Amino acid sequence: MTSVTDPPQGSFRLSMLINDTRYRSYTFQFIALVLLIGFMAYLGINLVSNLAAQGLNISFGFLGNAAGYDINQTLVEYDSQSSHLRAAVVGIINTLIVAFLACVTATIFGVIAGVLRLSNNWVVRKLMAFYVEIFRNIPVLIWIIIIFSIMTVSMPAPRDFRGEDPSASMLFESFAFTNRGVYSPAPVIDGASGWIVIGVFIASIIGIFAYRRYATKKLYDTGQLLPMLWPSVALFFVPVTLVYFILGRPITLDYPSLQGFNFQGGLHLRGSLIALWFALAIYTGAFIAENVRAGILAISKGQTEAAASLGLRPGRIMNLVILPQALRVIIPPLISQYLNITKNSSLAIAVGYMDVTSTLGGITLNQTGRAIECILLLMLFYLTISLLISAVMNVYNNSVKLRER
Amino acid sequence: MSDTHSHSVAFVRTETLPQLPPPASEAGVVKWMRENLFSSIPNSVLTLVALYVIYQLVTGAFPWMANGIWNTNSLAECREILDGATGACFSVITERWNQLLFGFSYPSEFYWRPGLAFLLLFVAAAPVMFFDLPRKLLLFTAIYPFLAYWLVWGGTIYTPLFALLGIVIGYLVYARFVKDSFAMGFFGGVIAAFIAWFIGGYIVGAIAPAEPFLEAVQSRDMGGFMLNMTLGVVCVSLSLPLGIVLALGRQSDMPIIKWICVVFIEFIRGVPLITLLFVANVVLAFFLPPGTTFDLILRVIIMITMFSAAYIAEVIRGGLAALPKGQYEAGDSLGLDYAQSMRLIILPQALKISIPGIVNVAVGLFKDTTLVSVISMFDLVGMIRGPILSSTDWNGVYWELFMAASVLFFVVCYGISQYSQWLERRLATDHR
Repeated sequence: MTSVTDPPQGSFRLSMLINDTRYRSYTFQFIALVLLIGFMAYLGINLVSNLAAQGLNISFGFLGNAAGYDINQTLVEYDSQSSHLRAAVVGIINTLIVAFLACVTATIFGVIAGVLRLSNNWVVRKLMAFYVEIFRNIPVLIWIIIIFSIMTVSMPAPRDFRGEDPSASMLFESFAFTNRGVYSPAPVIDGASGWIVIGVFIASIIGIFAYRRYATKKLYDTGQLLPMLWPSVALFFVPVTLVYFILGRPITLDYPSLQGFNFQGGLHLRGSLIALWFALAIYTGAFIAENVRAGILAISKGQTEAAASLGLRPGRIMNLVILPQALRVIIPPLISQYLNITKNSSLAIAVGYMDVTSTLGGITLNQTGRAIECILLLMLFYLTISLLISAVMNVYNNSVKLRER
Repeated sequence: MSDTHSHSVAFVRTETLPQLPPPASEAGVVKWMRENLFSSIPNSVLTLVALYVIYQLVTGAFPWMANGIWNTNSLAECREILDGATGACFSVITERWNQLLFGFSYPSEFYWRPGLAFLLLFVAAAPVMFFDLPRKLLLFTAIYPFLAYWLVWGGTIYTPLFALLGIVIGYLVYARFVKDSFAMGFFGGVIAAFIAWFIGGYIVGAIAPAEPFLEAVQSRDMGGFMLNMTLGVVCVSLSLPLGIVLALGRQSDMPIIKWICVVFIEFIRGVPLITLLFVANVVLAFFLPPGTTFDLILRVIIMITMFSAAYIAEVIRGGLAALPKGQYEAGDSLGLDYAQSMRLIILPQALKISIPGIVNVAVGLFKDTTLVSVISMFDLVGMIRGPILSSTDWNGVYWELFMAASVLFFVVCYGISQYSQWLERRLATDHR
């Protein structure tokens, strides 16, 4: 019988580099590093020689030059004489707008569909399953183009709203659905008192959160249950309405009206924005629905039954027992869905919505020919956004995480 | 006791009554509807809303579908026949069907070749997908990639033959050295295969006939749904092994290898596929040796493969992490080395856990192949948006075309997801 001997000392042979587990990992890492550096150097040398052959260089100076193209939706000041950098910023803002809108809407769709898929109502259940399967299995690009086609082909033109007997009419005299997009009333803030109303509104929302925190703390400390719903609703409506009328209605609505060939005034949501927004929302909503369903199903039935045996009502069972536990399962995939929405918003380029892919990666790239710089910046932007979203959502995820003792 | 009662009490029945069916409201359709559709007031409201939605959908779509016109040559003719009535003009699909499937520049006399390759795909995939089939069919699966390449792209048969030969040589070298150590066998096999391909390249160049049996078709002539299928199948099958390697690298104890994998995965997952396609389209050429012309489809395949490999790597990492530590320790205690315990114990279980995730990635990737239309390749969506909708005959037929595209994608994606659910049930070894 052989006994375990000490590893051979001192006599290092070259074959031990690959056969001895003590040295093998160093060998592999060394090989990997050499290969990586060699590969990078190969790409770098090719890049330098290609750039030299075409008389180009890597420089970001082009960002300061005048862009020379117009952007149809801008939140910050921009005209065609602004720099490429400013065009990129406008694009970034547009990306963030559509991503934010789509995230909110997709969450709403997803939660509703996910909960309804578990309903004991057969028709509703099947309808939601139909929604989920249809939207999940067809590419989002096709959905974006379909909705964009509906907006541009099937909707009436602004001139159809004109005349004594128009073939199209505005909804509630304030919303116009046209082939150029949707026109809706826009709020007009009248001076300082208007801002006061908005300030009061924000303050009351903060107040609602503060009140709910206080009530929860009181519940945990003393066991005394304060009413939650009615004070919240009152806080939401009463102060802002009071201030609004006391200050003499400083916020008015600017209704769109037909002037000349097009609607003037109001808020104009472009067809491309709506197509991108709703396509991303309904497409991702189908995925979120599945996550929500999986999250609720992951909570064992015993939890519901235990809560019911304690005498909780169904609404409270959902709010206090099921959802807090289900959120733990739902949040991580929800984070990646938000990331997906942000990344998929780059499909804006297919319908001409001027997001950062269309400005920086589209027109700017084509005009200046600075492919490497533009795409590098584009990738950096998306990387930053992705990391930010996951960081923020991970903080939230940690706050709902299961705390074990 | 009881018999005294039955005799002394007049109103106790002595014979059994025949069984009656339950009341109508407690059986059959009525009971089902009461329990499932109208159990409470909110439930009834939901039912009515849902029924209204279904009614709207059906009444909206049915006349349009039923009145569909299948055999005209242009939209104007369709409108003439319909004469103002609601109806679809499906003739765009019948007339442009070949273009939707194969793109507009694939030679029409060769349509049978991708068609045959598509049919053979099922034969090749069957032994992988349904493992009750005879194992010998796997031999055809191994040959299939080369056969399919030859069928679709054509050209001299020596190219795929020598590619296959290189792999066979690599395998032989692997089999010779794997007894000593897996690493030696693996790297030896890879190096041998590369040497064989290198030499084979020269031989093919020397002996290739001027008039090959199957005429060569350029990559840029490919298009339509065929392009989506090709990209999807090639990229998924390439990214699966790459994803496994990346996942193992990310879980590895070796810091340098681990960090290379982490940076690669996080970078790829952080950017949208479109930017990677832009890289394939405009930037990649800068990083290649001057003067090389690199097929656009090949560039796109490289980028999409990298993209999906990063996602598959994360899915498999989840599978690896989900395995109990005891499984790893079991491998160690049996005296298996890293490669053996991975191949025999860890990966089979981890891959089984990851099946749903891998299929999700595969379906998502297949849908994402439509994005190549953004860099002006004429895949199914690109064909519709480009040549077909801009032709004078069919300018304005949106619904029918997008419905056809949706149906094609739906059939494939839904089929894959149903298969994966079947596979999960089939592989379930836990006894519940």
